[in-house]
Amino acid sequence: MDIFSSLADGFAIAFSWQNLLLAVLGCFLGTIMGALPGLGPSNGVAILIPLAFSLGLGPTPSLILLTSVYYGAMYGGRISSILLNIPGDEPAMMTCLDGYPMARKGFAGEALSLSGIASFVGSFLATWGLILLAPQLVKFALLFGPAEYFALFALAFATLGGVASTNQAKSAFAAMLGLGLACIGVDTQTGVPRMTFGEVHLYDGLDFLVAIVGLFALSEVFIFLEHRHGEADADEKKMKIGSLMPSWATLKSCIPTMLRASGLGFLAGVLPGAGASLGSFISYSLEKKLVDRKGTFGTGDPRGVAAPEAGNNAAAGGALVPMLALGVPGSGTTAVLLAVLLSLNITPGPLLFTNNADVVWGLIAALFIANFVLLAMNIPMVGLFTRVLMVPPRILMPFVAMVSFVGIYGISGSVFDLYLMIGFGVAGWILRKLDVPLVPIILGTLLGNTMENNLRRAVTISNGDWLTLIDSPLSIGLWLVAIVGFLMPIVFGKVVKARMKGARDKTEEGALVD
Amino acid sequence: MSDRILGAFGLALAIFYAWAALQIQESFLSDEVGPKTFPLIIATILGLSSIAIFIKPDPDPTWPPMARIVEILAAVVVMFLYAMFLRQVGFVIATAVASAYLSWRLGSSPLMSLPIGVAISVGIYVVFHLIFGLSLARGPLGF
Repeated sequence: MDIFSSLADGFAIAFSWQNLLLAVLGCFLGTIMGALPGLGPSNGVAILIPLAFSLGLGPTPSLILLTSVYYGAMYGGRISSILLNIPGDEPAMMTCLDGYPMARKGFAGEALSLSGIASFVGSFLATWGLILLAPQLVKFALLFGPAEYFALFALAFATLGGVASTNQAKSAFAAMLGLGLACIGVDTQTGVPRMTFGEVHLYDGLDFLVAIVGLFALSEVFIFLEHRHGEADADEKKMKIGSLMPSWATLKSCIPTMLRASGLGFLAGVLPGAGASLGSFISYSLEKKLVDRKGTFGTGDPRGVAAPEAGNNAAAGGALVPMLALGVPGSGTTAVLLAVLLSLNITPGPLLFTNNADVVWGLIAALFIANFVLLAMNIPMVGLFTRVLMVPPRILMPFVAMVSFVGIYGISGSVFDLYLMIGFGVAGWILRKLDVPLVPIILGTLLGNTMENNLRRAVTISNGDWLTLIDSPLSIGLWLVAIVGFLMPIVFGKVVKARMKGARDKTEEGALVD
Repeated sequence: MSDRILGAFGLALAIFYAWAALQIQESFLSDEVGPKTFPLIIATILGLSSIAIFIKPDPDPTWPPMARIVEILAAVVVMFLYAMFLRQVGFVIATAVASAYLSWRLGSSPLMSLPIGVAISVGIYVVFHLIFGLSLARGPLGF
């Protein structure tokens, strides 16, 4: 088969000492970042991007490092959910429901290893899904012209808020802020400066890494300053880890659950606007409906731990499909990964699979490797990760802030960028307080130029006829999905959000969507 | 109330953005669409969504008490000073001071925050500069 020979090539690339080492390092750092409350996958990847560049790694090694961080963070989120009842990141929210009760009954070790295995199953299957689905999507994407791409970008923005979004006006507001920022700099087609107000530093545009690190990482520091003696100092020393291996019977009872949850999670990841949080939510609620006959869900049922973990890790893999095949990310973290690709001068999309096949297949091979590394790392070393949770925020947060500064300074050596990053940090804090989503801003700064170029190309090709944008059935279809996707949350958003919140009564203010 | 302010601010921003877009100089060699159109579309949608936020505001978030806001402002000032003096005093000293300050404000005792700051700074310097070879700001003392 074609796929297998490509995959073999990918493994040949990934199996070098340097790359394996990077995968291990990435998995380790990712798990820690996922486990620490307040540092989710988006933050984790965002902080490390500048470092990957400043270290001068090539495209494939940096991708391997950063996707390992991404997968690792998805694995790590469960640790603090189970031990502290504080989700390490939003997708791990549902894991608290049964994980924490299990831990309180003295089965913390079992819950951790079971969820580790569930995470492995979820992401392993999702990686296969990625291999099978992405090339098909690429064939389809080759039919896209500039007008269709413009519609596709509009669709991505319209659905990014997701079904759980409560205020679409704020999503649109955020997307426009991002697109507006992207316009700053010299216009690529005519060469005239735009929105620069004579400031020379702005001529080559804003570096989106500055925006990402400021909005995600630095705003987190401000949130911690706001609630100084926050709940993150919880005492988890009393928690007994207990036996590490779940009994075979428990494991067996969870296998169908894991398989179903992986399928659902993968789908949720591929579809625009759903993302990992929704993946774990759907998987959990479906399992509850299907197998919870004795009403044990929510009181420490192992299946209630396996379902959301398999679901959110499968969604993490699924979210890579549209990002790689179309260049349009389906979630916040994949938007950050898109930033990685763009900064490496790799444009994702259908041509990526033909032009940079080595990058794609090396990446996919790296995902497999990361998976096995994570499984191997998470079960025996879980004790080590739980110890990391004891690092208090008063040491951790200054460290995060300083690493952000180092990363940005390392790329450009420009103090102006540092000022900008601080500005973005403050803006990020205010916007999070006001419940304005940050992910559309990031996506806007990332995709703004490509989106505009496609619009201008489409209209230029048709000699200034704007109706060309809705000329083909494909683009009409995309626009329809975009409109429905934008309007649907206005109708259903409150219901879904209320259910997700109701499932977990603790209200997390301004949490990042996966 | 907060959302009304956000909406009003967004609308002002949209108007300003549209004005700034109109100031863009057209080149004589322009494509059909030109450099102004896309920013103008953005300004329009930004304005519309700001009006929507203004008309239908969400319930107010819980703003922290004044003391906490001052706390955040102070941290912002420290970060600006950090960026400003980074090159003058060098990476290790600037970072040690800034992270000691942040650590103190996040709850370390003043006496403990100094060693924490130094440890963070030296730790980053050793790992990123000495091991990974990242170029960091070099002060008059050479580090």
